[in-house]
Amino acid sequence: MRRFTYVTANTVTDAVKTKATTPNAKYLGGGTNLVDLIRADIEHPDTLIDITRLPLADVEEISTGAVRIGALTRNSHAAAHPLIRTRYPVLTQAILAGASGQLRNMATVGGNLLQRTRCHYFYDTAAPCNKRSPGEGCAALNGGYTRNHAVLGTSRNCIATHPSDMAVALAALDAVVETESAEGNRRIPIEDFHKPPGETPYSETTLGENELITAIELPVLPPARNSRYRKVRDRSSYAFALVSVAAALETENGRITNARLALGGVGTHPWRARTAESVLKGAPATESTFREAAEAELSTATLLPDNAFKAPLAVRTITATLTSLT
Amino acid sequence: MTQTSIPTRTPQRVLGEPIDRVDGHVKTTGAAQYSGDHLYPDLAHAALVHATVPRARITHIDTTAADSLPGVHAVITHHNAPRLQPPPKPTLLNLPTLAAGTSVNYLNTDEVHWNGQPVAVVVADSLDIAREAAQRIRVTYEELPATVDFEQEEPNAVPQKNSALSDGGGKKGDAVAALKSADVSVDLRFSTPMQHHNAIEPHTTTAVWNGKALTVHDGTQHIDWTRRHLALRFKLPLNDVRVISTFVGGAFGGKTNVWAGTILAVVAAKVTGRPVKLALSREGVYRTTGGRTPSTQRVALGADADGQLTALIHTSVTQMGRVGGYAEQVVSQSRHLYDAENILVQQHQLTLDSIANGVMRAPGESIGSFALEAAMDELAHRLDLDPIELRMRNEPDRNPMDGKLFARRGLREAYARGAERFRWADRTPEPRSMRDGRWLVGTGVATAFHPAWVFPANVTMRLSADGDVLVRCGFHEMGMGAATAFTQVTAHALRVPLDSVRIEYGDSDLPIGPGAGGSAQTASVSRAILDAAAKLKKDLAALARRNNTSPDEAPATILSRAGRTHHEVAVGADRGIGRLAGQVRFMSTLLRERRKYVKAACGAQFCEVRVDSDTGEVRVTRWLGVFDIGTVVNAKTAASQLRGGIVMGIGAALGEETLVDGHTGRIVNANLAEYHVPVHADVPRIDIECLGDPDPTMPLGVLGAGEVGIVGVAGAIANAVHHATGLRVRDLPITLDKLL
Ligand SMILES: Cc1cc2nc3c(=O)[nH]c(=O)nc-3n(C[C@H](O)[C@H](O)[C@H](O)COP(=O)(O)OP(=O)(O)OC[C@H]3O[C@@H](n4cnc5c(N)ncnc54)[C@H](O)[C@@H]3O)c2cc1C
Repeated sequence: MRRFTYVTANTVTDAVKTKATTPNAKYLGGGTNLVDLIRADIEHPDTLIDITRLPLADVEEISTGAVRIGALTRNSHAAAHPLIRTRYPVLTQAILAGASGQLRNMATVGGNLLQRTRCHYFYDTAAPCNKRSPGEGCAALNGGYTRNHAVLGTSRNCIATHPSDMAVALAALDAVVETESAEGNRRIPIEDFHKPPGETPYSETTLGENELITAIELPVLPPARNSRYRKVRDRSSYAFALVSVAAALETENGRITNARLALGGVGTHPWRARTAESVLKGAPATESTFREAAEAELSTATLLPDNAFKAPLAVRTITATLTSLT
Repeated sequence: MTQTSIPTRTPQRVLGEPIDRVDGHVKTTGAAQYSGDHLYPDLAHAALVHATVPRARITHIDTTAADSLPGVHAVITHHNAPRLQPPPKPTLLNLPTLAAGTSVNYLNTDEVHWNGQPVAVVVADSLDIAREAAQRIRVTYEELPATVDFEQEEPNAVPQKNSALSDGGGKKGDAVAALKSADVSVDLRFSTPMQHHNAIEPHTTTAVWNGKALTVHDGTQHIDWTRRHLALRFKLPLNDVRVISTFVGGAFGGKTNVWAGTILAVVAAKVTGRPVKLALSREGVYRTTGGRTPSTQRVALGADADGQLTALIHTSVTQMGRVGGYAEQVVSQSRHLYDAENILVQQHQLTLDSIANGVMRAPGESIGSFALEAAMDELAHRLDLDPIELRMRNEPDRNPMDGKLFARRGLREAYARGAERFRWADRTPEPRSMRDGRWLVGTGVATAFHPAWVFPANVTMRLSADGDVLVRCGFHEMGMGAATAFTQVTAHALRVPLDSVRIEYGDSDLPIGPGAGGSAQTASVSRAILDAAAKLKKDLAALARRNNTSPDEAPATILSRAGRTHHEVAVGADRGIGRLAGQVRFMSTLLRERRKYVKAACGAQFCEVRVDSDTGEVRVTRWLGVFDIGTVVNAKTAASQLRGGIVMGIGAALGEETLVDGHTGRIVNANLAEYHVPVHADVPRIDIECLGDPDPTMPLGVLGAGEVGIVGVAGAIANAVHHATGLRVRDLPITLDKLL
């Protein structure tokens, strides 16, 4: 493991300033992803700025009725918070479906949003990877194992799946990412936060180099009370999603008045299923509608022999999850 | 010392009792010293650099960035490594030659033979520094053509010839013709992937040179082989090598051979003159120790309309490395399980530019039984017969292949008992006929079978006048409860209280023990303990006679009347002509007995699974295993062994798969996040029952419990999945994509 300098920041201003003035530094949240990546010789920061002491570790309701989750809130704490459990059950379920109890106790919500792909080849420095080393090529696309890879949002350079469960729920909930940097504050809608790989798979988010995530804001969203996260994976627990579905549904007289749908395990970034949502809106809340919506969403999927099962699996999981919300 | 403690030690029934582990306390408190826990002053740490290509010559190694890191003591490559003797050619005439994991003389060659082979070792003050330095080393290769893809190479597999201890094939009658003319038949192809052992303790070695003498703390399943191998490679007199392996953090076959890490720890200690600890990373375990070979198998069964088997064909293809490996005994149980008129079994192997394949819990039977037992289930379905009934109709009285006697065979009883307890009769036989909400429910059975072995074991047994007994034997404690079991066997044999017995083990300074393999350690050491106890009693009787004491007096009394503080007996000789004679005796007994008997543990596995009707997720919800393992020495540790085997079988059935990139031969999921062993939530309550009757031909009646538990598990699950869904999955693991 490469050596690095470790410093702690006590205030947001302090953190942002240290980051801007220290070459090749990175913020350190729970470290559950970053430290692994340093060990694997993939990230090479010279300095780690520990931000876990910043006063950004709680969940609160703000005056607008929205709920703010501080960026340093531990995943376990966020999942267990009554505001989240009652108003956004899909988020609690998504967080609890990820990693393990020990990891969730360490992991922060800011770090969770920025966790990097689990693509085997990204993790193995012996394999070519466009995300790790721009222009090197892609071992997965060059006949490698692709069973875990994405089918939506892919490019000819990269088909790595975004691994976060939490971020899928956030996508369904229209969350907003709040940031701070020397240049000031920003509010980034979650859909604009993660980027598809395109020609630049190494550039994964719209976050600026020195920008600090300070909070995630969840808007007032009554349909979210009737919501669910369903994660399908290779064992009962402690595995990344093959397909996951975050869904919220509101119906009136058998018709869908409001539907929120996002997918994990299938996209190169947390996938808001806008196509499906437009099919759902105003349609009868029946299994056949749900299936039709799901199929519409997956119709643009780019399938490889190893991961082709993800399309029918996603259709079935979406249909079943929406049905369970009626 | 208080005198009063002795009278309270009243003999009790000890054999078979669920005695707590004698080492439970040290293990749960962390006091137990594993191979990486010996913190010598001045201890240095080593890390490996692995090749990133499958076959090549190293043209250049740039170590400058590593050399210059503060805290680095040595960067060892083939340029500066001490010259070692090459690994011996494996031969059955000299069993310890089988110890070599591969034929590669690490760091004594510029050749790369598999993707992951160690090509350099860094020794540093800390593990972190060693690993950082290892990452800074740049190796340049001249790549050579390599064969790494099992599937592509499959047509080039060659039939295995028969040898003294390993049969490649065999036949009775004309199975091919019988299959053609059978009333009902199935002819199926199965596959199983590469798997790795994933013991909790990654292979770890601490090596210390003391002048010319070498001490190695090594988590191994074979202390004697490791010691002899190291003596040979480093050109040392055997007496100058000591191997200590007090506790092993799980092994499952993965620590049977001497792999690169052990050798290179010793090299690193030699080069630096410091004690060196080399603990493989999890990735290092995947790259430098051999896993279970993948397999493809054909099972064809023919039967008459009543379900009497007329033809049984089982063939297999497995892989070996060009640098070593062995022929996996995939078809072995098919010689023993079913009374078919005509039988044909044949194994084939192909050779890849890969690391040698290794032995892993129930090598052969574990994967072979999946194919055979799934095929039996398919045949039962075709015949419209209950799968247990089909097995009972074909349960043989003698070994089907050659008419040898079964020393013992409790399969009928195991199935009868299991069916009752599992309430097998409650199932509706049609597939997809049982449901619980969105879950499709199914039940399945399969037969477990594992041959029983006895290996030579030397022990000393010493009785002191105060009644204490000390048994010394270099056997292995890898978590199975060996020391506990042998405390019980000794107490039983001498009729002394449990707490008067002390056992020393896990050290090459002790009399040579058997390897911990083939589920044979309990039977092997038990035999030596029984022999020693008989000797001891005889000596005591003679002593009593000589001193005019009644031989019925307490041993302590006999000793003190004779003016002796203790008396010690030895079984077996560790060296010289005695050792040779022992080996010859062992081989001839083995061959004689094998000509006469088939000895094996067996059992019936029952399970219930639920399959999500939307997503194909499989959950195992009930398990019962009824086993015939002969005498149960300790009800608790035996049940734990069997349960552990079943858990591992659930892993093999549903998740475990070592993925090897078809272009580079590199393992792509060399970690426990992506190699899916079962988590707690994947494992239901597992009920275990042992029939408990002794095998008359085995020491103490013990057949062995370490491996039979995994056998049949994948078959039972596949059969239950079919019952739940109507779908047959013939390729392990049964992941949900195969059930959509
Ligand atoms: C074995 C294993 C299994 C896992 N399984 C799952 C799973 O099933 N589902 C799932 O969703 N996740 C899973 N995870 C991933 C886990 O959720 C992430 O590792 C975790 O959420 C990261 O949070 P962290 O605080 O530890 O981030 P860190 O590792 O500290 O940081 C991650 C990145 O975010 C940056 N960063 C952190 N905080 C901020 C901030 N406030 N502002 C700007 N940048 C910041 C860091 O610089 C770094 O680049 C698993 C992880 C492991 C190790």
